[in-house]
Amino acid sequence: MPKIKIARKSTWIDMTPMSDVMILLLTFFMLTSTFLKPDPVKVSTPGSVSEISIPEKNIFSVLISPDGKVFLDIDNPDDRTTILEQVAAEYQINLTDKEKKDFSIGTSFGVPMEQFKEFMAIPGEKQKAALPNFGVPTDSTDNQFQAWVKAAREVKGKDMVIAIKADQSTPYKKIKAVMGSLQDLRENRYNLITSLREVSTAKPK
Amino acid sequence: MSAEIQEKDSGGKKKAGHMKKLSTRIDFTPMVDMIMLLLTFFMLATSMSKPQTMEIGMPTKDKMDEKDKNEAKASEAVTLYLSKDHKVYYFMGIPDLVKPNFLKQTDFSPEGLRKILLSKNIAVVTKVNELKEKKMKLQVSKEDYDKQLAKLKSSPGTPVVVIKPLDNSTYNDMISALDEMLICNVGKYAITELEPNDKTILKNSNVQYEVAPKN
Repeated sequence: MPKIKIARKSTWIDMTPMSDVMILLLTFFMLTSTFLKPDPVKVSTPGSVSEISIPEKNIFSVLISPDGKVFLDIDNPDDRTTILEQVAAEYQINLTDKEKKDFSIGTSFGVPMEQFKEFMAIPGEKQKAALPNFGVPTDSTDNQFQAWVKAAREVKGKDMVIAIKADQSTPYKKIKAVMGSLQDLRENRYNLITSLREVSTAKPK
Repeated sequence: MSAEIQEKDSGGKKKAGHMKKLSTRIDFTPMVDMIMLLLTFFMLATSMSKPQTMEIGMPTKDKMDEKDKNEAKASEAVTLYLSKDHKVYYFMGIPDLVKPNFLKQTDFSPEGLRKILLSKNIAVVTKVNELKEKKMKLQVSKEDYDKQLAKLKSSPGTPVVVIKPLDNSTYNDMISALDEMLICNVGKYAITELEPNDKTILKNSNVQYEVAPKN
């Protein structure tokens, strides 16, 4: 009986199609994605059925932490510098070029102006850890939040979108302080950032 | 993946002086490895879905005078008080301060607030649903749809909802309330603050409207 000889096949696997697909995926992800910006405090946004997505540019974002601290973020480094200069001038604070530069490339901020210099002196990594302890004052006596909004509106013009992002469990009292401040400035249109919630289509019974 | 097995030329008899034929196959494994790594990085470090947002227009403080208040007092008015533990208190029309217990309690479940608002707004809701169906069948364009929807929502006779979040409610409650407005196709709504009148109403119905002081 002749022995059936199993032909020895090479174990070489052709990786070309695989790398093709991968490069395709990689390109897709690189082009479609925007980087996550780290928030100073973690917030989980409430769900809503609204399907409008937020514009990508010209956003003035307001982050309200669960305990009511307010943090701000502005895009475009040049605008950031100009806005900072305006606010600093209002509070009579002289800034060094280094501070301005550090601020312009940063992300979220929210330190009372009196402590601004002190805060900027903290080295990079520690700054991130320290930020959640601060927050922009929104009290009626010292409303620095309004100063920031005013400066941002002046610099960025009327197309700037104010986006409020707050945690589900933030007490309404804190939201009211922010919304009240905006109302004082006649900033009556703004966006509330939510995450998508599925809901069955409304049908009357 | 690690071991590389070089295919040898089948009829390769080695002869001195002959150039060794090199295989033209390139090993892609390291490249794939690296791309995988990059791919994983991009997938994790980026946000694919952009966050949703709700657009909201608030009444200006000085403009919110007689006209708006009168409007809210009309028979179409529904006043909502968002309270602690996601409870909602509501009354329809003009508050009757003398009559006790006109304030009713509900919640954000589909059987709660939504049912009330839907029944109140039934004329618009049916029309909007018809419109949506038309849109599904591509009988109306996107622009027409938006225009008609806005028109329907602001047509006279639709309810005017006044949302008054109490200090002890949360942000989530406010968003849920706004959400119900969207779901129930209520076009006219506003978020306002408590007035002395409201405080009396709430006090009469034993609803706590302030944050309990922490001891």
